[in-house]
Amino acid sequence: MAVNPNYTPYHPKWYRRRIPIFWWARKLSYVRFISREMTSVFVAYGAVVLLLQAWTVLRGDDTYRGFQQWLETPAVVVVHAVVLLIVLFHSVTWLSLAPQALAVHLGRYRVPAGAILAAHYLAWLVVSGLVGWVLLGR
Amino acid sequence: MRRSREPLLWAVFSAGGMVAALLFPALIFVLWVAAPLGWVSPPTHGQLAALLDHPIVRLGAFVLLSAVFFHWAHRFRYTLYDGLQLYHLNQLIAVVTYGVATLLALVAAFLLLIP
Amino acid sequence: MDSVTLEVQRYRPEDEEAPSWQSYRVPFRADWMVLDALNYIKDELDGTLSYRWACRMGVCGSCGMTVNGEPTLTCATYLKDQPAGPIRVEPLRGFPVIRDLVGDLTDFLEKLKRVQPWLVREDEPPLSAGEHLQTPEQLAEYKQYSMCINCMLCYAACPIYELEPDFIGPAAIALAQRYNLDSRDQGAARRMDVLSQHDGIWSCTFVGECSAVCPKNVDPAGAIQRYKVAAAADALTSVFRPWR
Repeated sequence: MAVNPNYTPYHPKWYRRRIPIFWWARKLSYVRFISREMTSVFVAYGAVVLLLQAWTVLRGDDTYRGFQQWLETPAVVVVHAVVLLIVLFHSVTWLSLAPQALAVHLGRYRVPAGAILAAHYLAWLVVSGLVGWVLLGR
Repeated sequence: MRRSREPLLWAVFSAGGMVAALLFPALIFVLWVAAPLGWVSPPTHGQLAALLDHPIVRLGAFVLLSAVFFHWAHRFRYTLYDGLQLYHLNQLIAVVTYGVATLLALVAAFLLLIP
Repeated sequence: MDSVTLEVQRYRPEDEEAPSWQSYRVPFRADWMVLDALNYIKDELDGTLSYRWACRMGVCGSCGMTVNGEPTLTCATYLKDQPAGPIRVEPLRGFPVIRDLVGDLTDFLEKLKRVQPWLVREDEPPLSAGEHLQTPEQLAEYKQYSMCINCMLCYAACPIYELEPDFIGPAAIALAQRYNLDSRDQGAARRMDVLSQHDGIWSCTFVGECSAVCPKNVDPAGAIQRYKVAAAADALTSVFRPWR
């Protein structure tokens, strides 16, 4: 066997492996993690286009209608359906992490994780209902 | 010992993430999927203009959207940093991500807060 | 009799520059753990194989290794639970390999000392005052984090620790929390100074793998996220407490 020239009896050479560039592609749990993190890009897209939409409202009816027509183009609808799915993935993963981050006490009683998660889902439901009511109901 | 700025950045990231998680699915579904497909009648210009007339609504929209921009900046910065092992570009990535978020927040302020 | 192949990573620094693989054919017994297979190799096949183990019952934290890509306690991993085919055994990721399956854990020990994992008191009541009393609810606050056996599976599972070796790591933070949340302790502020740094809790991006692999259900990821909330609240309210 080849003798390791860096080895001397009193200073053994420790080995550190080189981490592959796409380390996260090699394990399913890491792929899930990176997918979860990448949702932020689509969330940012949502915020930018929402801002744009608000601006078209402030500009006037014609600009708003023009924007509506763009929203109705089939390609755009498909893209936005995908964005919706990814934003939903963000919501579900975000809420699933909430119970681990929050330790809530009511007096001496520690609120169980399931209750914290349920409270978040309830808040999500209520807020979504409000959004629907403001945009459609009145 | 002076503590780092990280807690504040994380707090804004956290707020933005919660805003996006609770508000965006419903907004995107109604405005960009259901309405264009005709499942619901889209809100009229008049409705939305009346809504955005209130300065509180515009301020709220600015704050919430800015939080989401910074949520993206913080999260994307770490994704690039760890996901692609770009440690030597740490300063650059931080400046670019937070810089873009600041720019977007300024644009939002300009569009929403100037009467 | 049934047998199974173990592909074990060898590293003999006096002879090689990089690790190599060696295959061993080991009896397959339904009640054998991976550790039993390793002990069979050492006793019957190849006495030069180096690895750590002690209690063989999941309480000492010595026998952590990477089995088929997952960090696990080899004394608690059945051979029969592994997928068919050769079983790959490597040392824990994230730590420099000294020899074969033995990694150097000095980094963790240094980081553990940094978080001051002992009861810190600003004032010491006199002996005549008696013991510190604690209710079951107060014990329940930190008990989960006291279960850590320092097995380092969380460090091996954490991609951030391997990518950024300065990261203080899950177990150190969980153990800091064990004392922060202990009603007898008064050292939370001192630990905050150490932990609320980039190499402390803020490198963590909540991958969550640490909690997934922990054999004692310590949930270090939960400890870290709770600490982030506390540190953020502390930083935000410190505006109103300029003397801190």
